[in-house]
Amino acid sequence: MARETVAHAAEIPPGTNKVVTIRGREIVIFNVEGEFFAFLNKCPHEGAKLCFGVLVGLTDSSGPGDYRFQRKGEMLRCPWHGWEFDLRTGRSRCDPENVKLRAFPVSVGAEQSPPAQPGPYVAETFPVTTVDDFVMVDV
Amino acid sequence: MSTVVLEKLVAKPPAKLGIVDCDIHPSPQSMASLFPFMSERWRTHAETFGVFSPAPFTGHSLFAKSAPSIARRDAWPESGPPGSDLALMQRQHLDLLGIDHGMLTPLSPNPGVERNLDFAAVLASAVNDWQLAEFTDKDKRLHPAIVVPREDPEAAVKEIARCAKDGRYAQLMLRPHGLEPFGRRRYWPVFEAAVAHGLPVGVHAGGYGAYPLTSAGWPSFYIEEHLSTTVGGGPALATSLIFEGVFDRFPDLKVVFIENGFAWIPSVGWRLDRLWERNRAEVPHVKRPPSEYLRSNCWFTTQPIEEPARPADLRQIFDWIGWDRLLFSSDYPHWDSDDPNYMFPIQISSAERSQIMRDNALHVYGHRF
Amino acid sequence: MNMVSPVAVREVIDCDLHIGLTDTDLLMPYLPDYWREQVVTRGIRGLSLAFTRPGAPGSVRPDWRPAAGIAGASLESVQAQALDPFDTRLAIANCLYGGQALLNADQGAAICAATNDWIAAEWLDKDSRLRASIVVPWQLPELAVAEIERWAHDKRFVQVLILVSGDMPLGKRMMWPIYEAAEKYGLPLGFHAGTTYRHAPTGSGWPSYQIEDEASFSQAFQQQLLSLLMEGVFAKFPRLKVVMLESGVTWLPFFFSRIDKLWKGLRMETPWVDRLPSEIVRDQVRFTLQPFDAPRDEDITHKIVDQIGSDRVLLFSTDYPHWHFDGTEAFPPGFDAALRRRMTVDNPLETYTRLSEGLA
Repeated sequence: MARETVAHAAEIPPGTNKVVTIRGREIVIFNVEGEFFAFLNKCPHEGAKLCFGVLVGLTDSSGPGDYRFQRKGEMLRCPWHGWEFDLRTGRSRCDPENVKLRAFPVSVGAEQSPPAQPGPYVAETFPVTTVDDFVMVDV
Repeated sequence: MSTVVLEKLVAKPPAKLGIVDCDIHPSPQSMASLFPFMSERWRTHAETFGVFSPAPFTGHSLFAKSAPSIARRDAWPESGPPGSDLALMQRQHLDLLGIDHGMLTPLSPNPGVERNLDFAAVLASAVNDWQLAEFTDKDKRLHPAIVVPREDPEAAVKEIARCAKDGRYAQLMLRPHGLEPFGRRRYWPVFEAAVAHGLPVGVHAGGYGAYPLTSAGWPSFYIEEHLSTTVGGGPALATSLIFEGVFDRFPDLKVVFIENGFAWIPSVGWRLDRLWERNRAEVPHVKRPPSEYLRSNCWFTTQPIEEPARPADLRQIFDWIGWDRLLFSSDYPHWDSDDPNYMFPIQISSAERSQIMRDNALHVYGHRF
Repeated sequence: MNMVSPVAVREVIDCDLHIGLTDTDLLMPYLPDYWREQVVTRGIRGLSLAFTRPGAPGSVRPDWRPAAGIAGASLESVQAQALDPFDTRLAIANCLYGGQALLNADQGAAICAATNDWIAAEWLDKDSRLRASIVVPWQLPELAVAEIERWAHDKRFVQVLILVSGDMPLGKRMMWPIYEAAEKYGLPLGFHAGTTYRHAPTGSGWPSYQIEDEASFSQAFQQQLLSLLMEGVFAKFPRLKVVMLESGVTWLPFFFSRIDKLWKGLRMETPWVDRLPSEIVRDQVRFTLQPFDAPRDEDITHKIVDQIGSDRVLLFSTDYPHWHFDGTEAFPPGFDAALRRRMTVDNPLETYTRLSEGLA
């Protein structure tokens, strides 16, 4: 696994994403209200490119006719079949245990540093701590 | 189910398996795209009075869909609606997936639903000419379908004859909902013409005409409308064709159920067989058990494919239906389309893949290519 | 063809049996003066529901068809034909007379009420094996609630009966007062195959042949089950049980996969459906056995039952007097002894909790 610099943070304003190819794999980096999350640009369902998805809120409910709109912009709706994924965890809303996005650790900083913790491929949030805003992904 | 994160375990298709895609939706850029194929009188009519839609809105469908224009979000061209840009269709679909033949299934405007029958005839011929000019002439892989004003069977027959002269139309395309159930005798001249010209009849699911989507009236939610296209539409279509005796009257008629789903077929076949066994005195013109007609005269496109909780159950459905009945379709550019590389949740042999992705379709349509 | 030698079923609970109400004159003793006079002066007769097609061969098994009149009209015939031969311990009688289909809601309510009175007096009082569904005037939910409340104390009424195709989809909120009352009194909602013909049987209108109407009922069940699910009836009424009566069974596994697939992408429109719809069905919905809708084939039966994925959802029924089987072997081939036991005893008792009071 190597840490790759993929963009300057300013290139990916909140609510947008950028796609880069690293060693043959398309990685999509999302900016969710200032935090960055990176995933393989492929929906686990039928392979749609996630970069074309829409950022939506998570709507839960206490009962028919009740719409609890929360977490605006933190969910990704796949551009094809509309499955919802939590960008913070990579987990699908419909089957969070079994269906997840393939996530890559992201950090923002001035330069490369040893990864905060190694492996497994579960999305983690990394604190934004440094002055120079380069977005780095461990692939 | 193990964690599904990336490349699904599917057999990669052989390099040169040219796929036949039995459901691709071309769309006019706008109504004006059809004007070159209409007289001035009808251009003016279209601009002034517009096309009839059974929805109560000027600019929206009855139900809000999953996404604008029912489309996958990566299928919007620089300008115009999804399906209107041939270059994008080629790049992201035909070339990308190795599609050798694509059956065009234009949905809108729909001459089967236009209440002004003279205008319906004009719309039909315009859509038929437009398909050739904007798609087939430019990309031989794309095969047009003849659309007709079905509620005026006489005019429909004329349009079929006109288009049949140009040998490139691969099928007659109808919609399941009309003023009367699909197989009713009033529409038989259209079936007769299809058979006479050697054209399969593709019936593309969805839409609605004069009646609510369910026998208890109108449902509330889009998911219910979507279910109606498979569970509601497909079985009703099959039931009407069979019990009206369409296949007895026209034994050579081939009907392709496009986007009607397929998992309902075994159960519906069994139910119709049971009813026919007991009550066939009411329909003496139906000479064979209903399920036999499903095997002899009907084919079914695969999209939207079933995803049973136990993927192996899909193989059982295919076994019950018959592997020779199934035709791959993408439904490009709609949101619920299937990608041929990822759609199968089970391992299938290359012979089985070849059947579904190509051979069966060549059997149905190949003589038109 | 695989035939399993008949397994003796004891203590059978038959969850769908039809008693025949010949005509409105049988209801006269139970009608108030005003309605009695209306019936006589206006000739309000012949309200048997047309969708039942009493003359069609499949509607009545030949050896159950009387020389005159409608099947199941006399207690003696039901006892001799539907109860005794099957060792039936308990049977739930569903009476398909037309109070439910009258457009004048008060008229409908009067006929429904008299029907229930007739059921109690002429059937439940006379054979302790019989139980019944409350026939309700669902044309106007508040009147249906009143009728439920009138019978709630009588534990021999074990279900609320409604037809699958009526004025509006079954899940619509206007129906909810009925579901609330049913849940309150521990009464399952029984949706029975059939129609009041307010709407055409198909989305393309009126088929030519009655056989097509009958074929369409299994689609109606699927669409109406989806309505119940998506409108949130099971979320709102978590203790309510729903029974699909005479719905057909073999469509169920693929209905599950279709609605689960759709829900995964369209969940946001009905966020109160918070888990796979198929799971909700396995928890709260039951289906009677007849008609099974498959060839008599052990392998097919095994596969369908396996694909349904639960031994809790099926309820034994004869669907007397409809012609689904000959003799007394009501089960299609392929149901093993354990599953038969579940279907003839355990599942009915779990679904219709009132039945236990009759088995003491």
